[in-house]
Parts: sequence; structure tokens; C-alpha cells
Amino acid sequence: MDASQLAIEGRVAEQHRHHSITPFFWVWGTLLVLTAIEVYLGYQNMEPKRMLTILMGLSFVKATLIIGYFMHMKYELSRMKWITMCSLVFCLAMMMVFFPDAFRILSLGVR
Amino acid sequence: MAEAALPRNVAEIYEPSLFGTYSKKVGMWLFLLSDSLTFGALLYAYSYGRISISNWPTPFHSGSIVNATIMTAFLLTSSLTMVLAVNAAALKNEKRRVLFLLATMACGAGFVILHGKEWSHLISEGLRLPIFPAVPHQEVASEFVNVSKTVPQFAGTFFTLTGMHMLHVTLGVVYLGVIALRRKFIPILLALWLVAWLATPAYSPFHYAAHVLLIAALVCSLIMWLKPKIYDAADVEVAGLYWHFVDLVWMFIFPLVYIMSTKIV
Repeated sequence: MDASQLAIEGRVAEQHRHHSITPFFWVWGTLLVLTAIEVYLGYQNMEPKRMLTILMGLSFVKATLIIGYFMHMKYELSRMKWITMCSLVFCLAMMMVFFPDAFRILSLGVR
Repeated sequence: MAEAALPRNVAEIYEPSLFGTYSKKVGMWLFLLSDSLTFGALLYAYSYGRISISNWPTPFHSGSIVNATIMTAFLLTSSLTMVLAVNAAALKNEKRRVLFLLATMACGAGFVILHGKEWSHLISEGLRLPIFPAVPHQEVASEFVNVSKTVPQFAGTFFTLTGMHMLHVTLGVVYLGVIALRRKFIPILLALWLVAWLATPAYSPFHYAAHVLLIAALVCSLIMWLKPKIYDAADVEVAGLYWHFVDLVWMFIFPLVYIMSTKIV
């Protein structure tokens, strides 16, 4: 490994040494509470579309906490945050183009 | 030795990193981004089926939901122990680093065992893929009599999605084992393979899936033989990124697959 990589590794490890571990316990507790809410919702006999919206909303909150705190994205340079997260969201959002077809199948044979 | 050769004014000699971090970490992020598209496609396929098929089965009784909730708790706890292992590695606390990595592996192994139990239960009740070996003297549960025939998309997407995730968790446990114990982990891995292979019946998919551990043992041995090294704080952090990603993916699988298919009595 070249010297610049070692220098950067040393600096990143130094940053970690100054992170308090208390927020990680808070995040863990919050994730467990959100999971409990999801399980509670599973037994509420809700309309599937509404339930899916709420569940996916909760999952996005959980994902943000995991990426931000556990994966240390909160502590990265804003350049790193924007490039990785924007590319991920864009690529996943592009897959949604197939969903109208799924709704179309539901009404096949009705008209 | 490489650290000893590091010049003091390194920041003045080399151009700073564009992302302010080391290349191993950027490489892992790139891998995770590509892997998230794999899981994204599988999750979208499952959602597509869920929306477009009006008689989508809801086979998960409260027993399955409790099991999946405990699995989720295992993964969330493993993420906490992983982040503590990263912190211990940064503080150069070797004992705590190994301890937390082993705790993470234990939670991951617990997740895989519970998931395997869930799969075996569903297979024994008749939910299966055509490639699975036939279960001898099987009595198919009434609710699964027609599921595999009328809605084959359910079994197809469920086993592919959760199977892919289980494979990732298993490989994650192996990865952490190598980081924590290095060469000492190889005999443990081979023992685990032998136990998994011999303890599962020949008609179980896990009887064949156990060979993943053998392949992993061979690949890890080769890597450690070709490039022996002591894994440092950066390696632990990069392994942690992978582990948290596996946890992250489950945060979408759990509500979408289990909660959305809960059988309300």
C-alpha cells in the first residue's frame, strides 16, 4: 500500500477515536422501536396500499439511521455523501418504471 | 514496516483523496452500490408480484412473524456490536475488537439458523421450488396445496430474495471470521461445513447449500496464503460497511415480505 493511503487510513482511524459510542446505542434502540411499530402495523388489517406506504416510510427512516450512523456516512465529506447517495437513489428510482405495468395487469379482462 | 517508511510530510507530497478517505473504503462503497441494485431488482420483482396478483398468499402466521422479528433483533444487535468492534479497532483495543467481532458473528449465525428453521417449516408444509428435492412422505398443508401451482411467483420471489440475503449474511459471517481470527478461522469453517452437511437431511436444500462454507474455506485459504497480512482498523471498518449493508437490506425485506403477508386470523 502506498504512503498516501496509509496516511489517510491513519487520519480516518483518528476521527473514529473521537466518536462517542453513545449515539450508536440510541440508534440501535430507535431501530428496535421502529421494528416493533412495523410488527404492530402488520396486525392492524389496514388497506395494503396505505400499509405499504407507512412501512416503506419507516424502512427509509431505518435505512437513513443505519447509513448515517452505523456506516459513518454522517462523518464523510459532503462530496462522498452526495455522489454515492444520489447515484443509488437515481438507479433504484429508475426501476419504478415497471410498476404501472403491475397495476395494468390487475385490470386485465375487466374492460 | 510500511508505516515506518512513511515520510512525515506525506500530505505535501501526495495529492489528497477526492473523497477524503482511503481507496479500500471507496471500493467497498462501489461494491455495495452495485449490490444494492441486485437486491433492488429482487425487491421490485417481489413488489411487482404483490401488486399484480390479486390472490397473493399471506402464509405467515404469528409464529413466523415472531421468528422474523427475533431475526431482525439479531441483525440490529449485530450492527451495534459491529460498530463497537470498529471503535475498538480504532482505539487499538485488540481484545475488545475480537470480542465484538465474535459477538457480531454469533448474532449473524443466530439469524441464519432461525431463517433456516423458517425455510424448513415452509418447505415441510409444501411451499417449494421445482428445483428443491422432493420431501419423502410429505403431507402438504391445506393452505399450500395450490400456492405453488396457482401463484408460483410467491415461492419463486420469496426463496430467491431471502435466499440471496441468507447467502450474504453467511458470507458476511465468514468475512468477519477471517478478519477476527485470520488463519485460525479456516478449521472452524471446515468443521461448520461438516456439521451443516451431515446434520441436514438429503432432501433439504441446506444439505447442498452447506457447500458454500467449503467453497468459502477454500477461497479464504487461498487469499490468506497468497496475501498474508494482519488486518488493521481500516479492514475492520470496511468489513463493517458490508455487514451494515446486509442489515440495511433486511430492513426492507422484513416489512415487504413478512409484514405485508401476515395472516390475520
